[in-house]
Amino acid sequence: MTAVSSRQQLNYIAAQAADARVNLEIETEGMTLNIGPQHPATHGTLRIVAKLDGEQVIAADPVMGYMHRGYEKLSEVRTYPQVTTLINRIDWLGSFANEVPFILAAEQLMEVEAPPRAQWIRTVLFEMSRIANIVLFLGDMAVQVGAVTPVFFAFRDREHILNQIEAATGGRFHPNFDRIGGLKDDLPKGWIVETKQAMKKMRSFCNEIEELVMGNEIFQARTRGIGVVPADIGLSYGLSGANIRGSGVDWDVRRDGTTGAGGLVHNELDWRVWTHPDGDSFSRFWVRLQEVRESTKMVDQILDGLPSGPIMAKVPRIIKVPAGEAYVETENPLGVMGYYVVSKGGLAPFRVKIRSASFNNMSITPWLLTGVYVPDIITILGSLYFILGDIDR
Amino acid sequence: MIRLSSNDTVDVTAAEATDDTDGDAANESATDEVREAILSELEDEFGEAVVGAHIAAGVDITVRVTSEAWATTAEFLKDEMGFEYFNFLSAIDWLPSPFGRDMDSQVDLALDPAAEPAEPEAMEQGLAGGDTRFQVLARVNDVAGHRAITLKVDVDDSAMSMPSWVPVYAGANWHERETWEMFGIEFVGHPGLRHIYLPGAFEGNPLRKDYPLLARRVKPWPGIVDVELMPTEETDETDA
Repeated sequence: MTAVSSRQQLNYIAAQAADARVNLEIETEGMTLNIGPQHPATHGTLRIVAKLDGEQVIAADPVMGYMHRGYEKLSEVRTYPQVTTLINRIDWLGSFANEVPFILAAEQLMEVEAPPRAQWIRTVLFEMSRIANIVLFLGDMAVQVGAVTPVFFAFRDREHILNQIEAATGGRFHPNFDRIGGLKDDLPKGWIVETKQAMKKMRSFCNEIEELVMGNEIFQARTRGIGVVPADIGLSYGLSGANIRGSGVDWDVRRDGTTGAGGLVHNELDWRVWTHPDGDSFSRFWVRLQEVRESTKMVDQILDGLPSGPIMAKVPRIIKVPAGEAYVETENPLGVMGYYVVSKGGLAPFRVKIRSASFNNMSITPWLLTGVYVPDIITILGSLYFILGDIDR
Repeated sequence: MIRLSSNDTVDVTAAEATDDTDGDAANESATDEVREAILSELEDEFGEAVVGAHIAAGVDITVRVTSEAWATTAEFLKDEMGFEYFNFLSAIDWLPSPFGRDMDSQVDLALDPAAEPAEPEAMEQGLAGGDTRFQVLARVNDVAGHRAITLKVDVDDSAMSMPSWVPVYAGANWHERETWEMFGIEFVGHPGLRHIYLPGAFEGNPLRKDYPLLARRVKPWPGIVDVELMPTEETDETDA
């Protein structure tokens, strides 16, 4: 499945794109093209100033800040439980996943551990927010190359997941459900059966997308060999998630975490990390599709093995976090997300550094867009898959 | 070390366990061979330039170097030790907030200025120590070896500048722009140090502790009980 039909052809296209970066001998009058701030490919408001030479981009400069809300500053004047309300809105398509690393960092400083049942339910919601997030990408990517129908399928089928998240947490988009020491509530009655049915639907959605989009000749022509990120470049820019796994780097924080974070139970499940060697737009799409499938498998396994017991550890009613520093990162839908939390022993964090995935993922665009053709800008941006809230914070 | 609030503490494990994790000494109870090896390799290479280190066994390693060694440390980590992955770069302002610890007092200072502490707290740097108000911190990963390290460096208050990491890690570009904008720390050798989020004419460095968050200064913060008393009520039974 990973094999590409004609790798030589791909290499040729990639080499041409690389040549274009330096091969600018023909002097033509350039023009500057403003893309955005409003564009369907930007998932928010992002402006890209592209200098063109004919159809080719010779320099691209993303302009951010239209959505900068200053969460790092705001976190310094909010109590720990209040901070989760803010950070829910960083990556708004997979909100629950935003809360988890922050809560884990606070738990690490407090040396509190959530009871097993809370950890399992946390993981199930974590994976479901991944599905809800990436499903939309799978439909959206087709829009970027001109096929409008798949995104409606994506919106339709994402509802199954959002309904389940809403049933468990009360919030479709912003659950605000994770607590230091556990979770707000236990699962409602009948939730497990319904969620399993939803997972079946998601698997058939993946098959549908695979046939409808991935096998499509136009889609392949527009994405294969386009926006190639070599592994070493990707690493030095700090790409993460499917963007780096699409370049053949076998690294997933869920499996290879370095921050010693407990609180999630991925290592007790049977799943695998998918990589793709090509590094182009197609491979990033392909890896994400496989990740949704893996996530549905994980959710099924968690629901089968859900331990019983309390969902909240014993924590004080007023949460004061002991002085210290902790960095915890998790593999969120968009990539690695981490929080560097500095506490001085008070009710509010002294400093919170939010390491969001899209900020790093987007920082490669000035390099990546140089030399590509105008229509490919949109495909490449779509395949990098960023959310503006996750860049601007 | 401030203990957890004791009035309604039902479980003391958190408070007990944190008693001896202060300061630079690593946890004595457990050793961490992987992280010890990282530290000794850095110490062998840089000697005196490694001025502080903290290892939380099984969790994380933080190493503080001198600003002269900041750029060479990055090169060494990337080229010799396999830390090819650039994770993030930012800064910390250790100045205690001149506006008081709004949260700790549980009193809104805009409503009750008398509650503001008269004496500012002493500045206290965190893991791996430090001597200056500003510290730059960065994290890099060794993806294949599943290792990661957080680096810190003191920023001289008068110079407020650091060598840039962009020649080593291309990804540091935007992170240094953000740090420059938010803290006012110059990065020497950066290809284009300009605003990233804020408009070009913006003055001030918002993440500095002495930059006031105006919304918080003029309005009671959400969460404080700001209900007006009914005329019949005499005392305010504030629910802590």
